[in-house]
Amino acid sequence: MIRLEKRPEPSRFWTAVTPVLAVLTTMIAGGVLFAMLGKDPLESIRTIFWDPLFNAQFADFARPQLLVKAGPLILIALGLSLGFRAGIWNIGAEGQYIAGAICGAGVALAFYPLDSWIVFPLMVLAGALGGWAWGMIPALLKIRFGTNEILVSLMLVYVAEQFLASMSLGLLRNPEGHGFPGSRNLQEYPAAANTEIIAGTGMHWGVMTAFLAVIAAYVLLNRHILGFHIRLAGQSPRAARFAGVSPPLLVAFCLGTSGALAGLAGLFEVAGPAGQISIDFNVGYGFTAIIVAFLGRLHPVGILLAGLLMALTYIGGELAQFMLGLPAAAIQAFQGMLLFFLLGFDVFSNYRVRRVTSEVA
Amino acid sequence: MTALLTVEGLTKAYPGVVANDDVSFAIAPGEVHALLGENGAGKSTLVKMIYGLVRPDAGRMRLRDTPYTPSEPRAARASGVAMVFQHFSLFDALDVAENIALGMENPPPQRQLARRIREVSEAYGLPLDPDRLVGELSAGERQRVEIIRCLLQDPKLLIMDEPTSVLTPQEVQILFETLRKLAAEGTAILYISHKLEEIRALCDNATILRLGKVVATCDPREKSAAELAEMMVGTKLTPPERESAAPGEVVLDVSGLSMKSANPFGTTLKNVHFRVRAGEVLGIGGVAGNGQDELLAALSGESRVEPDAIRLKGADVGQLGPNARRRLGLLCAPEERLGHAAAPDMSLTENAILTGVIREDLAARGFLRWGAAQGFARRIVERFDVRTPGVGHAARSLSGGNLQKFVIGREVLQRPEVLVVNQPTWGVDASAAAAIRQALLDLASTGTAVICISQDLDELMEISDQFAALNEGRLSAPRPARGLSIEEIGLMMGGAHDMEVADAI
Repeated sequence: MIRLEKRPEPSRFWTAVTPVLAVLTTMIAGGVLFAMLGKDPLESIRTIFWDPLFNAQFADFARPQLLVKAGPLILIALGLSLGFRAGIWNIGAEGQYIAGAICGAGVALAFYPLDSWIVFPLMVLAGALGGWAWGMIPALLKIRFGTNEILVSLMLVYVAEQFLASMSLGLLRNPEGHGFPGSRNLQEYPAAANTEIIAGTGMHWGVMTAFLAVIAAYVLLNRHILGFHIRLAGQSPRAARFAGVSPPLLVAFCLGTSGALAGLAGLFEVAGPAGQISIDFNVGYGFTAIIVAFLGRLHPVGILLAGLLMALTYIGGELAQFMLGLPAAAIQAFQGMLLFFLLGFDVFSNYRVRRVTSEVA
Repeated sequence: MTALLTVEGLTKAYPGVVANDDVSFAIAPGEVHALLGENGAGKSTLVKMIYGLVRPDAGRMRLRDTPYTPSEPRAARASGVAMVFQHFSLFDALDVAENIALGMENPPPQRQLARRIREVSEAYGLPLDPDRLVGELSAGERQRVEIIRCLLQDPKLLIMDEPTSVLTPQEVQILFETLRKLAAEGTAILYISHKLEEIRALCDNATILRLGKVVATCDPREKSAAELAEMMVGTKLTPPERESAAPGEVVLDVSGLSMKSANPFGTTLKNVHFRVRAGEVLGIGGVAGNGQDELLAALSGESRVEPDAIRLKGADVGQLGPNARRRLGLLCAPEERLGHAAAPDMSLTENAILTGVIREDLAARGFLRWGAAQGFARRIVERFDVRTPGVGHAARSLSGGNLQKFVIGREVLQRPEVLVVNQPTWGVDASAAAAIRQALLDLASTGTAVICISQDLDELMEISDQFAALNEGRLSAPRPARGLSIEEIGLMMGGAHDMEVADAI
């Protein structure tokens, strides 16, 4: 019989080693899955993890994509991780992402075709405010009426999607678009376009913001009393109140901040890679970011790495679909395994496994 | 007389600690046998093995000369072994009869059961109305429900785990009458406690455990309390000393403090009045659940009250939060170490920041000064002899006594004007408890007003200048502690809560 036994303290060794172990196990289990689908497992794994970065044929296109995809994931996951650390569960980043994109694009379209440097900063502000406001809805409802923020924030995703559809068909529709749904393409409006800072790298302003946010989150959590209170509230709410933390303020801060960061991610996406508001503008970054946050163990640097890894599996997954004909569902199952194994191996950082040989009566 | 239960060489090891090491003793029918030992001496593990909750690693038990290996509590009960736990397992929303039926294998119909409850409760002087809701009962009455639940099974051996920790002195007397009556009828009673006077008053024999081993067996009536304590602890204990200083000005003035509990099953504080002077120790006694947690929350600022209900050196502080009160010098140490006074998974340094950030200046414009925090944590560890490999270790890795020393030390080192502690030595070994009491007295002698909320009357009598008791959310008028008799204290705690005394046969 095997027995789990709680360690007095989390093991540093296991905390460091579990992500690596989880990735390796995912490769093995994923390989088995791909083999059962009749594909060469080694080639599949290589296509997902190696080819996007180092295969000369694909790298030129895929490498910049890595940052383009990782940027919003990291930005959103950082915001979520603050709340998750405090025990405040914002599941609706997708909605806040949409709200930020609509507000930012709205500002751009309102100024169109004004050519001024002020347009882009105003858009950034509007994007952050839009996401913040969308995040504050579950926050205020929780503070005032004690509603569950998980449900409210999740439901608001679907409300935001309806807004998005309405906007791309109505208010924000391109007047010169021959009646097609969708707004003007912001990439064709230089004052509003989120362009690459270094051409050919995928490094746009959103990725830059994500990197800065990693540093800011690290400082907040490790050096600032507010970050200390966030961690304290998540670990022992009663001790946090004893330390003078006000739960309503914490709820407002965490949901507001994660909303603002998700809104920023939406704005940078709509002004950059996506280019326009359209019915299918959102592609699930807000939900995938939840996985990224946990894969990065809610640690800013961990989230940076997890965001890059997750982006890689997306790009590599698409490549595998295209080159090897792997079904999209298999790729999703593969990504799911990653989180599954990580959480599974996590047991070892807090527990020790013991073999119980016999029970004496 | 042949033994009812013999225990031979019982051993049980948990990771990192041997809870019971080769423990042997015997108990005869009609004997009241004490298991005496400090917290962590292995008393609970031993009785859990007898009650079938834990399986021993080695050793044998014999009940009425037949091998006895209970695989679960149900088997133990079937063999005539019953146990009253320290913490009750009762449902507030059900009545007495329903609660008792839930603990039985084949409960009879309610009406028949109610009649049996009345019969048994009257026979043993434990009057109890089977139709009352458990939520309305006092702690003493709840214990009766548990005892009657056991008695209905007609036990041969009744195990009682620290039964008096929830009782007033008067209620203890009633319980003892019942237990003596049971013993006279031939029921063996295994009585677990660390309260020496009780054991001397009640028990025929005592087995003394220390660090999992039997260190002595004796007749407690032939030993003095000091001798028993020495056997239990292994060293001589010196009672705390204090230099008596003349009390100074009134620092904390609580008047007309009323507060509804944040917890639906909590106690409402009703019109609490008291004053504490600089250099004075006010002891607040009372049975658990009579408003202790609520009083601490009202004083710490976790619950807000009317501004003028609490005045600190003349300033209204009732509406201020915990940190504003800390700034003014009102510090607290709650009862629950893990999860309230300290965060279990955080390091000692982080736990030092938890309450020390303001008075110890551990943050500059919101940014934490880790070096200073570490220094503060180290000072606590050194000054209060906290045994830990380092301040980077998680709070949960410390033993109860060490963590408690850390928690108390953290507040004491911040030079409070007023320090409020709730159950400062609960679950702490005797030497750590003595160190904590001494620290509180030393603090008082430097002019701090100390309020000690505790259920340990011996502790309160040892350190208090003034004594008051909480009963159903009301605080009795404080009286000088010196010269108070145990009866007077009991009456302040609510007397017998209207429970009747067992009828003499």
